[in-house]
Amino acid sequence: MAYVSIKNHKHGALNPLAQWYQKYGNLKVENILNSRMIADPLTLLDCCPFSDGAAAVVICAADIARRYTDEPVYILGTGQGSGGALARLEDFTKAASRISSARMAFKNAGLSPKDIDILELHDCFTSAEIIALECMGFFDWGEAADATEDGQTDLGGKIPTNMSGGLIGKGHPIGATGASQACMIVEQMKGAAPKGNQIDPVPEIGMTDTLGGDFGTLGHIILGRSRRSK
Amino acid sequence: MVEREQTEIREHYVLTSADYEKGLKEGKLLGLRCKDCKQITCPPMIVCQRCGSKELEKTELSGEGELMTFTVIRIPPEDYEAPYIVCLVKTKEGPWIIGRLDYDTEKMSPKLLGKKVSFKDVYTHADKYSGGEHVCPVFEISQ
Repeated sequence: MAYVSIKNHKHGALNPLAQWYQKYGNLKVENILNSRMIADPLTLLDCCPFSDGAAAVVICAADIARRYTDEPVYILGTGQGSGGALARLEDFTKAASRISSARMAFKNAGLSPKDIDILELHDCFTSAEIIALECMGFFDWGEAADATEDGQTDLGGKIPTNMSGGLIGKGHPIGATGASQACMIVEQMKGAAPKGNQIDPVPEIGMTDTLGGDFGTLGHIILGRSRRSK
Repeated sequence: MVEREQTEIREHYVLTSADYEKGLKEGKLLGLRCKDCKQITCPPMIVCQRCGSKELEKTELSGEGELMTFTVIRIPPEDYEAPYIVCLVKTKEGPWIIGRLDYDTEKMSPKLLGKKVSFKDVYTHADKYSGGEHVCPVFEISQ
């Protein structure tokens, strides 16, 4: 879990739009483990901040997108899921709402996790990033923590995740977080992300994962630089 | 006004959250049994939490269960006193329910997972921002 915080703070510190811009960019495992305990086993640096922030997206029909921009980004697939109270989900490391929402988005786009070049997911806590990676199918159950330590979710890894800093490093302006995830993927696709956060070559396909109310509401969007072929 | 709302709610719910909280205060853990799939729903809902059926009847749970997971809240919401333990209990009858655990916060350890617990008491507290008191079951380790 500490490696999620190290990675997301590293990228948040490089993002001028982040709440923690130029802060906490060089954390060590001990810093996270020794920070103030909030609710066992989550320390202060395992938790995202609550932030002031705003984000906006302009959406139009794909057929007319080129009237407005030379570099449109297309919505290839979306998924949505809902669930009841957290305590009713017998195993909340395998939230049914997130699994079905992610599957719906992949099916809608005709894609699978291996097609995704970049991911922005809802890392409200470090444990949440690990759970999300597994529920969405990027790693097998129980493998995302080791994969994170191994750098597979960082720049140059199997699936660069939260290169904006995510909720932990960029901040969590609750209502604006979902739109800001889409903005961060579009920025990556334009090659306009800050040095150290930009993936190279620019990503063709990206995905967002947004959550509300303890797995009560889940949404996934798959974005692409090219329109889907039918 | 409140009474009318309560009457309207009762037309749809076999067991309301007010009934459930009253039960807790009387030392009873109330739930619903589904006439279709036989599963227990607790805390109450308008439909069976397993199959969605509305054919429900009131039942009382034993209050016995198993400690599945917990956390020690060190930094509480405003108006609450920390530290305290929040636990998730798998009841003998099936449903998983959330509550507090009455135990020494400094002695909590993952070694306690799987221990038998039983419904002991009720915690009620009205915080600054809530419309009414917050009522939740308190468990103790019974083995």
